[in-house]
Amino acid sequence: MGDVAIETDGLGKRYRLGLYRRGYGTLREAISGAFGRDGEDESDYDGPDFLWALRDLSLTIRSGEVVGLIGHNGAGKSTLLKVLSRITEPSAGFADVTGRVGSLLEVGTGFHPELTGRENVYLNGAILGMRRAEIRARFDEIVEFAEVERFLDTPVKRYSSGMSVRLAFAVAAHLEPEILLVDEVLAVGDASFQRKSLGKLTEVASEGRTVIFVSHNLAIIQALCTRGVLLERGEAVADGPVKVTIDGYLGALERAASDDLLERTDRDRRGYYDTQIKRVEIRNHHGGPPDVIVAGEPATIAVDLTEHLPTLECRITIVDGLGQPVTTFDSEVSAEVDVRDPSLDARIECVIRSLPLMPGRYRIDLLLKAGRQIQDGLQAAGFFEVQPGVVDGRPTPITGSDGDVVLSHLWRLPP
Amino acid sequence: MEAVTQQHATEPHAPPRVETIRLQPTTGFSRVLAPRELWRYRDLAAQIAVRDITVRYRQTLLGAIWAVLQPVGLMVVFSLFFGGLAGVSSNGLPYPLFSLAAVVPWTFFANAQLLGSESLVGNSALVSKIYFPRIFMPAGILVAGFVDLGIAIVILLTVVLIWGFVPSVAILSLPLLIVIAAAAALGTSTALSALNVRYRDVRYVVPFAIQIWLFASPVAYPSSLLEEPWRTLSAINPMVGVVEGFRWATLGTGAAPWDLIGVSAVSACALLIAGLAYFDRVERGFADYI
Repeated sequence: MGDVAIETDGLGKRYRLGLYRRGYGTLREAISGAFGRDGEDESDYDGPDFLWALRDLSLTIRSGEVVGLIGHNGAGKSTLLKVLSRITEPSAGFADVTGRVGSLLEVGTGFHPELTGRENVYLNGAILGMRRAEIRARFDEIVEFAEVERFLDTPVKRYSSGMSVRLAFAVAAHLEPEILLVDEVLAVGDASFQRKSLGKLTEVASEGRTVIFVSHNLAIIQALCTRGVLLERGEAVADGPVKVTIDGYLGALERAASDDLLERTDRDRRGYYDTQIKRVEIRNHHGGPPDVIVAGEPATIAVDLTEHLPTLECRITIVDGLGQPVTTFDSEVSAEVDVRDPSLDARIECVIRSLPLMPGRYRIDLLLKAGRQIQDGLQAAGFFEVQPGVVDGRPTPITGSDGDVVLSHLWRLPP
Repeated sequence: MEAVTQQHATEPHAPPRVETIRLQPTTGFSRVLAPRELWRYRDLAAQIAVRDITVRYRQTLLGAIWAVLQPVGLMVVFSLFFGGLAGVSSNGLPYPLFSLAAVVPWTFFANAQLLGSESLVGNSALVSKIYFPRIFMPAGILVAGFVDLGIAIVILLTVVLIWGFVPSVAILSLPLLIVIAAAAALGTSTALSALNVRYRDVRYVVPFAIQIWLFASPVAYPSSLLEEPWRTLSAINPMVGVVEGFRWATLGTGAAPWDLIGVSAVSACALLIAGLAYFDRVERGFADYI
């Protein structure tokens, strides 16, 4: 632990709502806004036209700390990274940043399709804040990491998507800033490249660099970070050892799921909200308590909505305790057994013949569509407990510490 | 303009000094005109300029020949219709030369507007994900335009010599004229690129406005068609001084249009300052609106 790398005091970021829906405003507004006063009244800032994506955030991060930011969609994690990487200006308070900041907010931004791999390495390196001499010194290493030696002089537009993503990550991973901001970059490439990337990040973190890491994958956060900060509606509501913060977050998620879902404010922002998710429940088929399922037995996930709309579709994702998705059911991918039942009205049901999950707690993420448009989405809309049971005639383990799913199988053993 | 001078400044460097930067709400004019900030990102400026140059004619059949074809094509059309059919005066000069000398700086100016005004929106992925001084985007386009301009000037001088004209010492004023054109182009293209971030109307206005601007500038006709004081006043359009200056500098005939050049230089500076000021004022919101 060294000196202070980042110190924020009362940091806030305010967005004006409605601009995107109401169009882009008028030219006269732009000109008067540019040279005169903005015409915004400060007393309105708490009103409905404004959203505080970050609010009164005071954090001190010492150099060498590896901090994971945790929170719902829209809690302000990405906004904080954007402010710290200077992409957008704060609206209140300040942040003192000591040292060079490198950000991996999205790998591959700044790749120009017409340029060759070689040219893009230099361009992207410069975009990420590397000096030309640094890039030259690490060029071979970058190319080797990305495994694209043979295609260096081919325009990137002819690369497979895997190749360009590997090259982009390689450039980014060889940055040597004092402070590294990382947002969901590990979801790139194939499994072996992901492992390699994670290894690289672990290496970076152990070199004493300050890292701020955002991911929905709590397992990766827990593995990589020492400290966890939980953001909720733009405010830091918990800050401490990563394990403690994650447990606190999971607890809060469950409490939110047990409340009325219509009161939730962290809905998918792409939604049109003509219909909303009101309630979700998972039940076994012989009338036991809801949200407790025995492994290997049939179960039904029922989603209640506020309105019936034609062509409703639903995607249900089951996620384990560490934020790792286990499986997805998507009604848009239809099968002959599916039915449209008029008696259901504003209710969608997904029937699972045998739930092959290991014992443990799982959560349900929902995405709702109608007419190919996203209507609503909720992460952690519901939680359920899987109790040990029998799958395909074989008892499941008592605890689920060795994986999430139980597969039907048989053994062939020597006598 | 920073990008022009920094292209070769890539000597190995000492470990970066650790300094503390305070990020806080800013007001007024504080961003573009921060030389230390521009200097810190000089390598990026160079890379963007290099990119804009390399990409310009990649995967085109004719490549850099386009830099020549555009002004020459315009000259041919003007010579046929204005010089030939309409019999527009060319101050006693061969009309093709008269128009080519004007079309060369005009093409530079027009392309800087056309490509520059799209430079931020066309790189929106970059603008919304990475921090860098945004001015590099329109400035990079301008720098890339210098390459085309250089090629076009070489062609212009070749044609002039073949035609039997010998440029006088007036040719030494070319750099000054180019600076005036560049200042005017940067002033308008920065403002337009910034406006384009919030109002995509710009995309439709610019090509149209450039057409009008072309005919409002003495490219196809001599400015001497105007009576004084209108002739001198017309030089408030910076391209008037640039275009008439180019004719005088490359063809080496007639009186030096210093009055026009002077007025245009002042108005180009005013455009540059106004453009940068507007850009500076709205730059902080680019990532939120793009």
